[in-house]
Amino acid sequence: MYGNAYIENDGNKVNSILADEDPIKLAEFEARIAAGDKIEPKDWMPKEYRKQLVRMIEQHAHSEIIGSLPEGTWITRAPGFRRKLALMAKVQDEVGHAQLLYSAAETLGKSREDMTNDLINGKSKYSNVFNYPAPTWADSAVIAWLIDAGAIVNQLANSKGSYGPYCRALDRICAEESFHLKYGHDNVVFLATGTPVQRAMVQEALNRWWEPIMHFFGPPDKASQHSEILMRWKVKMGSNDSMRQTFLNMYVPKIWDLGLTLPDPNLRKNEETGQWEYTEPDWDTFKQVINGNGPCNKERLAVRRMAEENGRWVRKALMNKSEEYVTPLA
Amino acid sequence: MIIKSLDPRIDRAALDDESKVGELSGNEHFQTYEVFQQVKRGTHHQHVGNVHAPNAEMAMLFAKEQYCRRGAAVNLWVVKTADVFVTEYQDADIFETTEDKLYRDPNSYKVMDRINAFKARNNNA
Repeated sequence: MYGNAYIENDGNKVNSILADEDPIKLAEFEARIAAGDKIEPKDWMPKEYRKQLVRMIEQHAHSEIIGSLPEGTWITRAPGFRRKLALMAKVQDEVGHAQLLYSAAETLGKSREDMTNDLINGKSKYSNVFNYPAPTWADSAVIAWLIDAGAIVNQLANSKGSYGPYCRALDRICAEESFHLKYGHDNVVFLATGTPVQRAMVQEALNRWWEPIMHFFGPPDKASQHSEILMRWKVKMGSNDSMRQTFLNMYVPKIWDLGLTLPDPNLRKNEETGQWEYTEPDWDTFKQVINGNGPCNKERLAVRRMAEENGRWVRKALMNKSEEYVTPLA
Repeated sequence: MIIKSLDPRIDRAALDDESKVGELSGNEHFQTYEVFQQVKRGTHHQHVGNVHAPNAEMAMLFAKEQYCRRGAAVNLWVVKTADVFVTEYQDADIFETTEDKLYRDPNSYKVMDRINAFKARNNNA
């Protein structure tokens, strides 16, 4: 699962971004993408294309790793053996997705240890939603259903992008995410159609998660030359708002169907425009959380550091000094 | 400060939120292996991705978890990435004439016209 990529949107730099690129190679590169061809690791690519892709794929990989933490918390306490097994399988999938994505990012020249260090040091971002706690079982159900649903909206769009290794990783990931979605939906339906206590529990979880879910797709996009270039290069496959609309259109009716409510009195579909109307979530809160001040940022990174530190002696014992690291092929 | 968590296991670990331990030093990751999976007897092995591993046995273990968690598989290969020789995309012109060599294509052999003409000639004779 995955949130929005936080692409820096600096319109002033646009001219300098392309200034030192070879115009002939740039034209060939853009023609290839326009024709629907994929770019492969050793192909020529503009520096900005490489930089934004590394940032995006790396954030995605970190999100998979960190995203498995709030859910992993619930494995030992999941109600019933089957749900424990299913949740374990889901968490294993998420960690596997991170492996696929790190490999894709490595093909662009950033080593895996650099990515891990940037995560541990707080230099790299990951999806904002994972900085919130999952206080009840219903929270883990809402995460598995709706956060994964949001992730699928993002990932399906990105799998049509221009960078071959990323697209291939996403094809695999999307196939596995559909189990997560079904599993999460099953859990939410079970609670929503259960006793009054179960219904109240899932309603409260939904209330807690609504703002993070609205944040998930990122702030409304400002039109800029920079994002126009990234769209043309098929790095960015849709605006944050269009992804949010797709999500609302698919899932709000399903939530309402269960007799559950969402904590936004203005949420409705405008039948004339076909667009959903809603109250803008608090984007200052979003910035605060991204910059390290969310309820769980410190815990997430501390747990990640512990894993790295506790695993070090195993890695060292297995390390073969005579072997040299080679960038993965594809 | 020690982190207070909803997760009892994390509470028990008494983690310091400012600690800097855990950073990797340079070259602290394993080499990569390319993974090839055969989904059914009689079909080709296909490249599905790669894994980081310290040796071939561990690569096999990781490849099974990573690529054969679902669906069918009957066989798996892992090959050190360093041992794979590859062509460059910029040299793709070495394949260019392949499609022009129609004499290697069964469809380029059209004999019916001649046979029919031959038969017509013989019948008329």
